[in-house]
Amino acid sequence: MTTAIVPTVRPDPIRSGIDAGWKIIDASALARDLALEADVVIVGSGAGGGTAAEILASAGLKVILVEEGPLRSSRDFRMRESDAYPALYQESAARKTRDKAINILQGRCVGGGTTVNWTTSFRTPEATLRHWAAAHGLTGFGVSDLAPWFERMEARLSIAPWEAPPNANNAALARGAERLGIPTGIIRRNVKGCWDLGYCGLGCPIDAKQSMLVTTIPAALDQGATLLTRARALEFRQERDRVVALTCAGMAADGVLPGPHRITLRARSFIAAAGGIGSPALLLRSQVPDPHHLIGKRTFLHPTLVSAAILPERVEPWAGTPQSVHSDHFLDTLEPAGPMGFKLEAPPVHPILGAITLPNHGSGHAAWMREFPHLQVVLALLRDGFHPDSTGGTVALRSDGTPVLDYPFTPYVWEGVRRAFATMAEIQFAAGATRVMPVHGSGTGYTQWGAAKRAIDAFELRPLVTPVVSAHVMGGCPLGADARTSVVDLSGRHHHLANLHVLDGSLFPTSIGANPQLSIFGIAARLAAGLAATLAKRGA
Amino acid sequence: MTSRRTFLAAGVAGGIALGFAWWWRDRPAFVPGGAGVDALTALDRSAPAIVAAIVPVLLAGALPAADPERRSAIDETTLNVGRAIAGLPPAAQQELGELFALLGFGPARIALARVVAPWNEADDDEVAAFLERWRVSGFLLLRSAYDALHQIVLAAWYGNPRSWPAIGYPGPPNISP
Repeated sequence: MTTAIVPTVRPDPIRSGIDAGWKIIDASALARDLALEADVVIVGSGAGGGTAAEILASAGLKVILVEEGPLRSSRDFRMRESDAYPALYQESAARKTRDKAINILQGRCVGGGTTVNWTTSFRTPEATLRHWAAAHGLTGFGVSDLAPWFERMEARLSIAPWEAPPNANNAALARGAERLGIPTGIIRRNVKGCWDLGYCGLGCPIDAKQSMLVTTIPAALDQGATLLTRARALEFRQERDRVVALTCAGMAADGVLPGPHRITLRARSFIAAAGGIGSPALLLRSQVPDPHHLIGKRTFLHPTLVSAAILPERVEPWAGTPQSVHSDHFLDTLEPAGPMGFKLEAPPVHPILGAITLPNHGSGHAAWMREFPHLQVVLALLRDGFHPDSTGGTVALRSDGTPVLDYPFTPYVWEGVRRAFATMAEIQFAAGATRVMPVHGSGTGYTQWGAAKRAIDAFELRPLVTPVVSAHVMGGCPLGADARTSVVDLSGRHHHLANLHVLDGSLFPTSIGANPQLSIFGIAARLAAGLAATLAKRGA
Repeated sequence: MTSRRTFLAAGVAGGIALGFAWWWRDRPAFVPGGAGVDALTALDRSAPAIVAAIVPVLLAGALPAADPERRSAIDETTLNVGRAIAGLPPAAQQELGELFALLGFGPARIALARVVAPWNEADDDEVAAFLERWRVSGFLLLRSAYDALHQIVLAAWYGNPRSWPAIGYPGPPNISP
């Protein structure tokens, strides 16, 4: 009888790369200050920075990738919220707008948001690109201009429609919508060999998710790039119209405060890819030229509303692919600059996320939590930034230099919120819900659509009475040909600093109207390829 | 129902009390990044007692019914609240510190939270009434304080595997190769 050799540890591409000699520096462990030089320094290792790192390193350029969060890999991903939120998310997943009315989920780890997102991949909607051309004067960003770049990144990241059946949570969204004649679609995902576990948001434990962490960043490291982790980018130092260095601080061991050691990075070219809050904040700290006061303005969030329901059957909203069904009906049937449109999706629900989202406390809250296996949840993501009454938020700096986003609500936004609550409740009743609770301070569940509709029509809609969440931060350093209305030109280059580029979601002049990762991948890829060609032409 | 004017008065009183609280309180220098109850104490020396008083109210119906399980669940949740706060950025820790300083200042506790006894002897009904008033307050600041306590306490309990059997959550799947 033969005995099969069963591996006791799953292969981990990050650990293998470290063993093979990747250049990785943990800046929280530095014993002294450090100075490094490269061709290109990239701040941020998420969708924008990760994409740019591979393209620039493959062009033979010496790249340093700077990340404030830690390097964690599949072996660390234990599918526990209490580990994952503090380790992998900005502000332990509790980042908030200035008035605390919106809770923002953003990654802070190698791979950024792509390490912790739910793998949902949409190309930038045509209506959004048309609006960018018409209202923001963007040329060269049409559907056919971007198609080759989306194709390239879709191939690179194995993006394809999800073919297994949706989990019960997503199936209920599809069923309810279908019964009301609302069209739905199947979501495309960046996965390879996915086990349908449902824990994408806590870091993929089997490396199925084709995040930057397991694709472009390893490729860049294989080509000799340097990864600097747990380093906070403090400011770009400038001389005349050029950035000459980036100053970083190694974080203290706990990751909360900067530690004692500074890192000076010199390069020919610098890229801000720290996300829709981080990139504007870095530019503001650096006091880069901003004659029209545009940096950090028009920051968009896809403000997201939540509706909870109880279904008679088991839903187990924690299990299975988190997002596989969506509806764009309430985007497609409204002009982008008309009443606020919204995209419908379903979220994964784990105990902490469920408990902090359900309103109220005590026995009423506990009763909803006891129904956890039957909980069905729908999200409405509002498309912000297209209407004159939707100008988004503003990133500013606190006295300690850390960013804070002020995002005021307007009556225009609240009107969209009310419509979204009604639509979600109607869909959930149509799907067979026995109770529906729009997530709102009233904290009341309804057993009939009519009663729910009347209550929603009368809802008091105010900050922190109506909980709002966001997982998509966009804008703040918009692209454009005109330096009076944009921060960077159509190549992503800063209008006033010749060797500074922005390559992340902060480029967008409005929100996307869809989960933004593929928009960031495609646009960052195109702009990074342009930069690689320019730098190659100029020579070393 | 409490009128808006009462809230306004409470807000002004709260502002004054907050100033006094900062002036009077005897606390170690603000050092973010401690752990557990130490982190709570570092924010404000009243913080552990305040958290221990609100935990059984926010989690009524969710905690084990009888001691010693109930006591240890409250203690673990208080500890986890401290751990969670220690991982927050300095600005958030400072705001929570100000909140605990205010609530820990006797006159403010009585005037603003309307909790008569000190926090470690506080009556659950009074604590419940305080949380409900802040939850529905006309003041954004008080609603945001409620929201912070809600988020951090519920996360501390439902992140603890002890809470999972009661809600039918089996925990993460076993994927050992």
